[in-house]
Amino acid sequence: MSEIAFLLNGTPMRLADQPATRSLLDWLREERRLAGAKEGCNEGDCGACTVMVSDSRGTHALNACILFLPQLHGKAVRTVEGLGDPDGTLHPVQQAMIDQHASQCGFCTPGFVAAMAVNHLNGESDHDTALAGNLCRCTGYAPIIRAAEAAACHPVPQWLRQATDPAIFCPKISRGESRASVTGGSAPPPFIPKSSDDLAQWFAENPQATLIAGATDVGLWVTKQLREPAPLAFIAGLDDLRGVTLTDSEIRIGATTTLADLHKAIAPHHPSFAELIRRFGSAQVRAAATIGGNIANGSPIGDTPPALIALGAMLHLRRGDARRAIALEDFFIEYGKQDRAPGEFVEAVSFPRQQDRLRCYKISKRFDQDISALCGCFNISVENGTVSDARIAFGGMAGTPKRALAVELELIGNSWTIETAEAALPAFDEDFQPIDDMRASASYRLETARNLLLRYFHEDQGTPVNVLEVAP
Amino acid sequence: MSVHKPLPHDSARLHVTGQARYVDDIPVPAGTLHLAFGLATVSHGRITAMDLAAVRAAPGVVAVLSAEDVGDADCSPSAHDEPLLAQGVVHYAGQPVFLVVAESHLAARKAARLGQVSYQELPAILSVEDALAADSRFEDGPRIWARGEPDAAIAAAPHVIEGRIEMGAQEHFYLEGHAALALPQEDGDMVICCSSQHPSEIQHKVAEALGIAQHGVRVEVRRMGGGFGGKESQGNHLAVACALAARATGRPCKLRYDRDDDFLITGKRHAFRIDYRAGADEAGRVLGIEFDQYALCGWSQDLSLPVADRAMLHADNAYFLPAARIVSHRLKTNTQSATAFRGFGGPQGMLGIERVMDHVAHKLKLDPLAVRRANYYRPAEAAKTGPGTARRVTGPHSPQPPATQALQTTPFGQIVEDFILHELTDKLATQADYAARRVAITQWNRASPVLKKGIALTPVKFGISFTLTHLNQAGALVHVYLDGSIHLNHGGTEMGQGLFQKVAQVAAGVFGVGLDAVKITATDTGKVPNTSATAASSGSDLNGMAVKAACETIRARIAGVIAARHQCAPDDIRFTDGQVRAPGQDYSFAEAATLTWQARESLSATGFYRTPKLEWDRIRGHGRPFFYFAYGAAVSEVVIDTLSGEHRILRTDILHDAGASLNPALDIGQIEGGYVQGAGWLTSEEIVWDGQGRLRTHAPSTYKIPATGDRPRLFNVALWEGENREETIHRSKAVGEPPLMLGISVLMALSEAVAACGDGSVYPALDAPATPERVLMAVRRQRGGGDA
Repeated sequence: MSEIAFLLNGTPMRLADQPATRSLLDWLREERRLAGAKEGCNEGDCGACTVMVSDSRGTHALNACILFLPQLHGKAVRTVEGLGDPDGTLHPVQQAMIDQHASQCGFCTPGFVAAMAVNHLNGESDHDTALAGNLCRCTGYAPIIRAAEAAACHPVPQWLRQATDPAIFCPKISRGESRASVTGGSAPPPFIPKSSDDLAQWFAENPQATLIAGATDVGLWVTKQLREPAPLAFIAGLDDLRGVTLTDSEIRIGATTTLADLHKAIAPHHPSFAELIRRFGSAQVRAAATIGGNIANGSPIGDTPPALIALGAMLHLRRGDARRAIALEDFFIEYGKQDRAPGEFVEAVSFPRQQDRLRCYKISKRFDQDISALCGCFNISVENGTVSDARIAFGGMAGTPKRALAVELELIGNSWTIETAEAALPAFDEDFQPIDDMRASASYRLETARNLLLRYFHEDQGTPVNVLEVAP
Repeated sequence: MSVHKPLPHDSARLHVTGQARYVDDIPVPAGTLHLAFGLATVSHGRITAMDLAAVRAAPGVVAVLSAEDVGDADCSPSAHDEPLLAQGVVHYAGQPVFLVVAESHLAARKAARLGQVSYQELPAILSVEDALAADSRFEDGPRIWARGEPDAAIAAAPHVIEGRIEMGAQEHFYLEGHAALALPQEDGDMVICCSSQHPSEIQHKVAEALGIAQHGVRVEVRRMGGGFGGKESQGNHLAVACALAARATGRPCKLRYDRDDDFLITGKRHAFRIDYRAGADEAGRVLGIEFDQYALCGWSQDLSLPVADRAMLHADNAYFLPAARIVSHRLKTNTQSATAFRGFGGPQGMLGIERVMDHVAHKLKLDPLAVRRANYYRPAEAAKTGPGTARRVTGPHSPQPPATQALQTTPFGQIVEDFILHELTDKLATQADYAARRVAITQWNRASPVLKKGIALTPVKFGISFTLTHLNQAGALVHVYLDGSIHLNHGGTEMGQGLFQKVAQVAAGVFGVGLDAVKITATDTGKVPNTSATAASSGSDLNGMAVKAACETIRARIAGVIAARHQCAPDDIRFTDGQVRAPGQDYSFAEAATLTWQARESLSATGFYRTPKLEWDRIRGHGRPFFYFAYGAAVSEVVIDTLSGEHRILRTDILHDAGASLNPALDIGQIEGGYVQGAGWLTSEEIVWDGQGRLRTHAPSTYKIPATGDRPRLFNVALWEGENREETIHRSKAVGEPPLMLGISVLMALSEAVAACGDGSVYPALDAPATPERVLMAVRRQRGGGDA
């Protein structure tokens, strides 16, 4: 059987003839004539295409524009058209949006409604964070947030609770063969491994393949660069590559752990890292994007590598049956080049359990859902007033995520004072020669990188340094 | 009465259920073709070779059109200087060079990337300096409007300030990108469905491109997913391309821009540089002032002349400038052609004078609000009341103007006869607790080494009317059917602002029926012809009046018929609660309509409106371009991080004048949204072109409009209670654009926060958008560091 099977607004769908990189949004709009979800940007940055997706791990809002059909196998999709009660009653968030005058042009509204319905279902109360991935150009957001707050007073409709319960909806998806194979045109069918062993063997044999977990990056290759990557393996379903494992000595994060799951797992241990992840992409992106993808794509502006490097992370790689572990900073060789052999993939990243001294500073033009101009992560240990260890890493300051080794050396062994911090500032020039681009100038990056060390010191002394924590 | 009620947007239920239909949602006929433009990759260059073989050979491609195929089809709204496809020379990176017609949207996009175009690059004009050096401009020279002797006034003033502010472009980022669909009809006619604020212009441009009469083209616009001015003229290319391709192939043709293409092709808000020199007295009153406004207009004229005019017309904002010279340079550059954007030059002009107020206050070490108040126009009340009867309308901080003095005029000679900002400012300052908070912030800043706060109150006075006087007209078409249902149509377009609902409220009010009796229908050039763009905040002012006129015509006919039956005067017939009430007998509205029909009276009428009192000479810069002014003020409080330049808005209080609001809920929506959009313009929204003139911010990944977390943490918005002194539709005021300029308070609050880092000797001179980088640079200057 070569089909993908999922529920669309409660109706079983079985698709066998769609290209593997066809987006859910295109399919909904062009094949199903469900035009509620909109294309606002086609790159997962505006949320106008947001849909509700339920699987055995919960219900999430996802961007349909960068969601490939094979990713839906075994899941339940609900679009804005499917959020009202079948008897015609509006969903509480829909009614609240009307009551609060929260739609003007209405184009972003279906995406907001879908995201809000997910948040309503999940009892999410941090609306600003949960809706940061939905852009509205008309309202200034105030009425939308008022609507989200008003809807929270109403219970989740019983029918929707059932419709998103995997115990109830999973049997409705005709199972048969549990693996999907979707073909399209001349491209080979995508590979959907059953286990990481399965993946290891296939990838060693198909080293030119592209691995897709959340598709938040590869999605743009398709929608913006108009590439047709092949062959493809869809790996988000690999349970044995997913999850955060804590032992006495280390924290290990499986490659297909989503940023959303990592956020929850890391918060008790390294709250500043969790806060960094809170600002990573958007709820829609974090529900899809994985830690493995954020590392393996090698971007110099990925936000998790600087934090992980500052925590002393090791990267666990596998090719066939061969496994190796390297320091994460050594994975990034230069811009566009990583220490990864063809057919080799990221299994996990791990770092030692430690006292939390980590602070992560993401600097961007907009706080939410923005790519960092620079991201500085500081992990400085102080014993008896002296810097005993320092691990500092930056994104956005070089062609790769990079440690500030010269700065670290200036700090270690010296007393933890503002004078020491200031004396270390010139060393930033040794560590980094950043570039000018549309996000910031080189001089701003360098100056701010230096200042972030001062911010770390001030914050360590209890001085308020975070504008997001200032009350009106 | 349905007017003045806070009713929801007419499409609210359709919006939230996903049923509201936009152009891309319209089911297309089988065989519809899809278009994509191939875009220029250099900002100025002569096309030396164009190899489109690979494009033609790409899967799904039906046709490829280049300049020779489309003739001199033009897309300009003004000067006939925008060929659909570049003719020999490209003038900006992103300019359409060829047009792909394919079986699918994706096939067209893919093929469009395969064109091989070679250029002989020409010098590109990308900056004010480039343009001035090359004398590259629209019109023969700068426009200059002057009053009095500003040079002498400045020379004689006790204090002189001089400075410059740069303000960046702004992308509209309507959530719905541009889209158009052309449906070929019999006999060469064409129907266009598109996302446009100006269906009549689409009709005219398509007819011209097809070489057919305007009656052969019908344009329909039900709604837009946001416009903000970006769909006033920028949709012409899509409609013309679709029409030409549809004629060439005989098949329906559709073009929607991918978001990146929309950024790359279409115009944005004009970036401006404004140089200023002003002389002030000890109270901060401006005695003389000179502005040099440099508008970066892009490659074609588009709407740049009226935009630049409006910047000049708002160079005073709320302040009486006794001696002023305003010089406006409209510079032609090799970038996207800057276009209309909410405020239409007003924001730029207004930011210039608000910068001056801030600068004067800093120099004189005065509260900027005191300086602003000292410069306010004389209040309307003072002129109305005679000596001895003037009531105190200003607060304790406002100098009381002598009641006998005459009203003041703007630098362009319009009498400011409705000035309410003294009272409005007092009320807002009190409600927002401005004075006490300002003191508290000073104390807070002393105790906070890293973070600094700032607060600012800025006013808005915005002129309402198209400055091209003949555009101030509107038409409507209303039918009443025998069952009493009403078909409503007018020339305005719905882009989210709630125009359709406001106008429906007017119609329902005339007939005394519920809104459910009124069917709002798509804007259609076949129903109401020769319309103006829905722009200049004029939508409900113009169309509301036109609809009212049409409805009153029909109502008079019904009243006449009913009155004749009862042998009473038509004035005795009342239309309320869905009833037509004659002495002694009530008819349902449907019965009355049927009786009118049986009496062989028409139940269909057009309505027309022209704005009175306007008289404007734009060359002299003198007259009354505006019917009235809309007012408002905002207090914004911000906090900055002096180590990174990051900042955010903590609290905003707004009091805004919508006259006797037609719909307070919709108007507050315009105010909240306009403020956040204005704040975005001045903070996070940075349009970046590289040294070669290529746009580097062309998607939401790189161009950052405010997200929900960027709105003020505390956000108090209220309407000023008052009515328009002019006879507008139910005494309401236009509200589309003015609130955007309330966002200027954010930049001024940031300026205050930056100034808190210094000793008062260095003016922050914060440019816009005030990204973290610009704020950090300004902080560095305060702390004695130079520019890096």
